[in-house]
Amino acid sequence: MHRGVDAPRTPAVGGSAAAEQAPAKPPDTGAHLQQRFDALIADDERIEPRDWMPTGYRKTLIRQIAQHAHSEIIGMQPEGNWITRAPSLRRKAILIAKVQDEAGHGLYLYSAAETLGVDREDLLDLLHEGKQKYSSIFNYPTLSWADMGAIGWLVDGAAIMNQVPLCRCSYGPYGRAMVRVCKEESFHQRQGFDILHTLSHGTPAQQAMAQDAVDRFWWPSLMMFGPPDERSAHTAQSTAWGIKRLGNDELRQRFVDICVPQARALDITLPDPDLRWNENRGHYDFGAVDWAELTRVIKGDGPCNEQRIQRRRSAHEEGAWVREAADAYARKHHNSSAAEALA
Amino acid sequence: MTIPPGTTTATARRGWPLWEVFVRARRGLSHQHLGSLHAPDAAMALRNARDVYTRRGEGVSIWVVPSAAISASSPDEKDSFFEPAMDKAYRHPSFYDVPDGVSHL
Repeated sequence: MHRGVDAPRTPAVGGSAAAEQAPAKPPDTGAHLQQRFDALIADDERIEPRDWMPTGYRKTLIRQIAQHAHSEIIGMQPEGNWITRAPSLRRKAILIAKVQDEAGHGLYLYSAAETLGVDREDLLDLLHEGKQKYSSIFNYPTLSWADMGAIGWLVDGAAIMNQVPLCRCSYGPYGRAMVRVCKEESFHQRQGFDILHTLSHGTPAQQAMAQDAVDRFWWPSLMMFGPPDERSAHTAQSTAWGIKRLGNDELRQRFVDICVPQARALDITLPDPDLRWNENRGHYDFGAVDWAELTRVIKGDGPCNEQRIQRRRSAHEEGAWVREAADAYARKHHNSSAAEALA
Repeated sequence: MTIPPGTTTATARRGWPLWEVFVRARRGLSHQHLGSLHAPDAAMALRNARDVYTRRGEGVSIWVVPSAAISASSPDEKDSFFEPAMDKAYRHPSFYDVPDGVSHL
């Protein structure tokens, strides 16, 4: 018997919990465990938290899920920026609901990461210390209301394209979290499209604002799929493990293909002179992505990197009293009910 | 941070204890495990579960259970643990041959 429903057998980072989580009987030989893991992956079965898994698989998932969770909560900032200035009560209510969803998505993902034996508090520390990353897209500023539209349409659109295949990820808890996230993201993408559609059919100034937002977010959105497959450090191994189902380039192409007709419906021009239909390929050709820019932003030199982390840290520190108060209340409540039980 | 006795878990070492969340989607269905969250006590765990897991009316009832209170079978013992059920094909209706012409059986 083991305690804890999703407590993993081996701690992923550090070793303090090794003793309390040691298996009740001596573990099988490494080769046998590896064989069983490989067979599950080969059969397209899911790996669940307390199964044996290779250290690299666990580490890759922790890195990826944590980065994904961090992206969700950092992603609240660019849009939170416009809540107080939303143009109507309706738009404001929608934006609040969307930002709340991002927080919820972060929580689903931290919950999934914890099944791998990491502590949520440790993951937040790593984010705050800059030791774990989040999606580089959130290091761009949101300069106008139209950016809420461009983020919903393009950034959430790209995120959905990336996340739908992750619903079939070989790690059960991650896939299940993704199913919930994807269901909720559809609303995000549509409300963004709706904002842009309203603006692009409005006054010339509103049209220009919508066009400007798309001009700034188009290329960073294409970068969200990661570097080309041949330059991606993790693609091959993650594909073999069934974590990654489709390559970066294929997903990027699919995204371009669905965006072009949608841009037409919006009456907005995508900022790429090389964008044209290729009859032979049956896809749109598009211009070269500036990978140097992606590298620069990932390394910390984007327009808002410092501001995002600073804001996250201060939100965490300024929220400490809430956590302490809840803790004190729980302790007091516990003590008084214990006293009642004795009386 | 002190955690109230009886609610500590193996996984929540620093923050609040971990709770598993089960939601009944609608009347007639059983509660289903949806995920976990951290909270200082059961009341807060329920409120947090409502906000995290039922923002779109996904449930009519929520259970929260301290993760540490759940005992689970071990994946290591999977074969021997479930083995007694595996060789009793006669527990399934398909084990029995039904003569031609016999229906509603």
